[in-house]
Parts: sequence; C-alpha cells; structure tokens
Amino acid sequence: TSITQPLRSDNKVTVHFVNRDGEKITVKGSPGDSLLDLVINEDLDFDGFGACEGTLACSTCHLIFDEDVYKQLGPITDEEMDMLDLAYGLTDTSRLGCQICLTKSLEGMVARVPESVADIRQSKDGSSQ
Amino acid sequence: VAPDHPEVKNVINTFTQTAQQPRCSFYGNVNVGRDISMEELQQAYHAVVLSYGAEGNRAMGVPGEQLAGVYSAKNFVGWYNGLPSCGQLSPDLSCETAVILGQGNVALDVARILLTPVDMLKKTDITTPALDALAASRVNRVLIVGRRGPLQVACTVKEVREMVNLPGTKPEMVAADFDGVVDALKDVARPRKRLTELMLKTALEPPSQKEQERRSSAHRSWAFRFYRSPLEVLPDTCGERVGAIKLAVNRLEVQLGARALLTGEEEVVPCGLVISSIGYKSLPLDPALPFDHNKAIVPNHMGRVTQATGLYVSGWLKTGPTGVIATTMNSSFDTARSLLEDLSSGLWTCPWRGLALSGSELCSTREVWMTIVTAAFNPPPPADVMKWCSSLYKNSDTDLF
Ligand SMILES: Cc1cc2nc3c(=O)[nH]c(=O)nc-3n(C[C@H](O)[C@H](O)[C@H](O)COP(=O)(O)OP(=O)(O)OC[C@H]3O[C@@H](n4cnc5c(N)ncnc54)[C@H](O)[C@@H]3O)c2cc1C
Ligand code: FES
Repeated sequence: TSITQPLRSDNKVTVHFVNRDGEKITVKGSPGDSLLDLVINEDLDFDGFGACEGTLACSTCHLIFDEDVYKQLGPITDEEMDMLDLAYGLTDTSRLGCQICLTKSLEGMVARVPESVADIRQSKDGSSQ
Repeated sequence: VAPDHPEVKNVINTFTQTAQQPRCSFYGNVNVGRDISMEELQQAYHAVVLSYGAEGNRAMGVPGEQLAGVYSAKNFVGWYNGLPSCGQLSPDLSCETAVILGQGNVALDVARILLTPVDMLKKTDITTPALDALAASRVNRVLIVGRRGPLQVACTVKEVREMVNLPGTKPEMVAADFDGVVDALKDVARPRKRLTELMLKTALEPPSQKEQERRSSAHRSWAFRFYRSPLEVLPDTCGERVGAIKLAVNRLEVQLGARALLTGEEEVVPCGLVISSIGYKSLPLDPALPFDHNKAIVPNHMGRVTQATGLYVSGWLKTGPTGVIATTMNSSFDTARSLLEDLSSGLWTCPWRGLALSGSELCSTREVWMTIVTAAFNPPPPADVMKWCSSLYKNSDTDLF
C-alpha cells in the first residue's frame, strides 16, 4: 500500500524543557499526550521523574511554568493540588506534568524541572563551617 | 504503603531501572552487623551510604501498654500488609471504638483500613486473613488522637481527603478544637493551609444537602481528637484487655514553638482497641559509628556523616521518619551529590580494594530482587520488567561477588 501519510510533525507541539542543570531540551509531542508521556517517549533523563507513572501518587513530575503559560494549562483538581503540595520547591505556577495534556495552543511552552535539592553552594559553605 | 494505594507501588519500576544499570549490583538477604560488619564494608569500599531506615518503634511509655488489644501501628500495618513476622497478630476487632494515637499518615492509613467498606477492601492488595478479620470487625468509631492542635498534624491533605470522602463514614469532630485556627492560617505555607482548611470545612461548615444525606446514612464515624496525650491504658472488667484509655488534656504554648503543656485535666475514653502510631525511630547499627541519640538519626551535613570520611547517610536515617517516598528520594539526590563532589575533589585517596569476603556466603540477589518485585506486585509488573528479572535469575551464578 502506498498511501502517503501527511507529515505527522505538522500536528506536533514543541515543548522546551529546562532541566535541573539549567540546560534547555527541545522536543515535540502530539496533542493529547501528557508532559509525562513526552518525557518518557523522548527518553529525557530527569532523575526520578514520573515515579508513580502518572497515577497522582508521587509529585515527582513537578514542573514550573511561566505565568502566562500556567494560566493556559486549564483547571487543576483538588487531587492534583493535594499531591503538588508535597512537591519540593513548590511555586505559584507549579503543576504536575502527568496531568497536563499538550494542545496546539501550548506551542513553544517552557517547562522547568525544579531543583531537586538544596543549593549546592550551601553544602560547600556548610561543610567548611 | 497501604494496600488500597497500589499506585504508590509503581515506584518499583523506577527502582528497577536503577537496578538494571550494569554498574549497580543489588545484594539482598545481607544483614549488616550480622553477616558483615561496618568495618569490613568501610575497608572494602571508598564510600558507604547508610540508608537502613527507621525500623525501631517509639513506645508510648505508659502503664497498661502491654494489655491485650494494644498494638503498635508498625505491627498492625505489617499484619494487613502480610509481613511474615506479623502474621500471628490476629487483632481482636470485636469492640466498637478504636483509638489511634498519633496523627501522621500511618495513623490515617490504619484508620482508613479499619473503616473502609469490605467490598472496597476486597479490590485491594490486602491479605486474606486481614480481609476476613475486617469483614467480621465491629469497629464503627475511630478516634485519631494527637498531642497538639489542628495546625500541627503530621499527615498530608490527600490522606485527610480520603477520610472525608470515605463511603459509609461521617466525621465527628469537636468544633472547639478549632478555636483560633482560622486566624493563625494567614501566616502558613500553602500545603499546611490547604490541609487545615479541609479540616476546618469538615468540622465547622454546615454540610451541603448531599453531604448531609451521606452523613445521615453512615454507620461508621471517625474524628481527630486534639490536645490529648496518653496517660494510661485501662483494663476492662476482666482485667486482661483494654477497656479504656486515660488521656491528659493539653494546651499549646505558642511561645515555646507550639509545645504541648499539661493542663492537669484528664479524660477517660472507653475503647477496646488502641493502636499507637507515634512514630518510627532509627537505631544505631554499630557503636563505632556516629549516632545522635536525641534525634535518632546519623548526624550529617548534606548526607556526609560528620567526622567520618567516606561515610554517607540517606533516607529516614538521615532525616528522621518523616515525609513520603518522593521526599526521601529528593534527599537521597542530595547525598549522592555530596558523594560525587567528594569523588571529584579526590577526597578518597586509598586504592579500591573490593570486598574481601567470599560471595557464596551472601545471597546474590538479583533473584531476591525478582522475588520482591513479584511479591510486591499484584497484578504483576509490566512484561519487560518481569523478563529482565527472570533473565537475571537464570544468570544469577555469574552475579555473585
Ligand atoms: C507504614 C508506612 C506506610 C507508608 N506509606 C507510604 C506511602 O503510601 N507513600 C509514600 O510515599 N511513603 C510512605 N511511607 C514512607 C516511606 O516508606 C519512606 O519515606 C521510605 O521508605 C524511607 O526510605 P528509607 O530508604 O529511609 O528506609 P526503608 O525504605 O525503610 O529502607 C530501609 C532498608 O534497610 C534495610 N535494613 C535495615 N537494617 C538493616 C541492616 N542492619 N542490614 C541491612 N539492611 C538493613 C531494611 O530491610 C530496608 O529494606 C510509609 C511509611 C510507613 C512506615
Ligand atoms: S507521575 Fe506521579 S504524580 Fe505525576
């Protein structure tokens, strides 16, 4: 069969992740995929990310957004808020990546993986006390 | 992990990924202190990370604690989770009121398991003996008792919301316990604020019509009891079993960091089951290792054990028994970073020696890992995980030290 599929990437949504070291990683996902799906499909190496596999039981898929993107992400359930409250480095524009589905209108969004640990500089200062 | 929270156990796949790394070997069934000493380990490796958790139990330390019908949450949880050492517990659930001491997530897990309708429990991972016992249980009222007030509870909002929504149950709070709580809420961080607001709503707000109907058809109840400390477990008329618990009424001294102070007032609560869930505690492993007996942790800075080069600590042994798996995981990243910093700064100078013990004495363990994965997972883990585990099992001879 020789049916030519339209170029799938036309429908894709570009997402820029910023990892814990501040590095920017740009990937594309399909509308309807969650940000956790994207991290798994693209094999992004964020330590411990998505440990409960999107079942709202862990908060390891915590991501931080810019204010304007955050506003477009849609409503947040009590259950997501409950898990999010346990996330390290919670901010006012934090969400759980497994609960956010890509849409065309999110094209070019930036999602930051929060620092998992206390600032390393503190450790250096601390250990020389 | 509670049997009705199977999704939490998905983390096992993340752990398996780590175990899958060729540079990682997992040796199970090795008891440090019995099969191998800390000294031997430290001699064999540049770095040793202690992460043996908090296996000890804090006792209430009150008279009557030894009466039948008094259990530690650790054993009670072990019983419904099928821990071999707790199989014989067979708790007597023939009474109506159960008192749980402590207001952390484990206390709420126990309360929820005691009150969840059996039809719901059937769908969980719970053991058959526990299911049978809970099906025959007459417990219909659970009081979750804490030393301090609503703003100091140690549980998380998810667990409280599960209680609030638990079918067939209604809350039975004391409104006066929440005096002054609203005012104090202004200054607290979002997680504590949302948790407290949920309790306030449950305790004080008039329920919606639907909720009112739900509550009036409920045959079981639960409640937090605040500002109470155990003084004595009192026997029933036969003298063998618990019949009541005597509690001291506390007040909070806010100036002293919200410490609970006795008012001198006492209260006796009739009950037939007492479960103490006042916390886990790490124990020292080896007298030669630093240990802070006050805090029951290994003293450390960012995971580096104080005054012990090459020794690190992680998990509940490092932080004390608080927080969920994600918290523990984040804090372990801290420890790993410290370790890697020390590696790159050349802190460990001596050559690597390797373990001088004969491997055959210790059980290699990828087979143990497989057993754990299989046992912990019902339904079984994804096919690729199982396949990987069984390949190790076949090759286990080559995986010895
Ligand atoms: C009853 C209960 C329910 C919980 N439920 C949840 C939940 O639903 N969700 C959640 O996120 N968190 C839950 N937690 C918290 C979670 O279990 C902890 O955050 C986490 O397990 C701590 O990890 P750890 O590595 O410090 O200790 P552990 O996970 O306890 O690991 C310590 C390990 O060290 C081993 N060990 C001990 N002594 C020795 C020795 N001498 N030699 C060799 N090995 C040794 C032990 O066998 C054990 O495997 C729960 C905790 C409890 C107690
Ligand atoms: S992956 Fe666990 S909450 Fe999102």
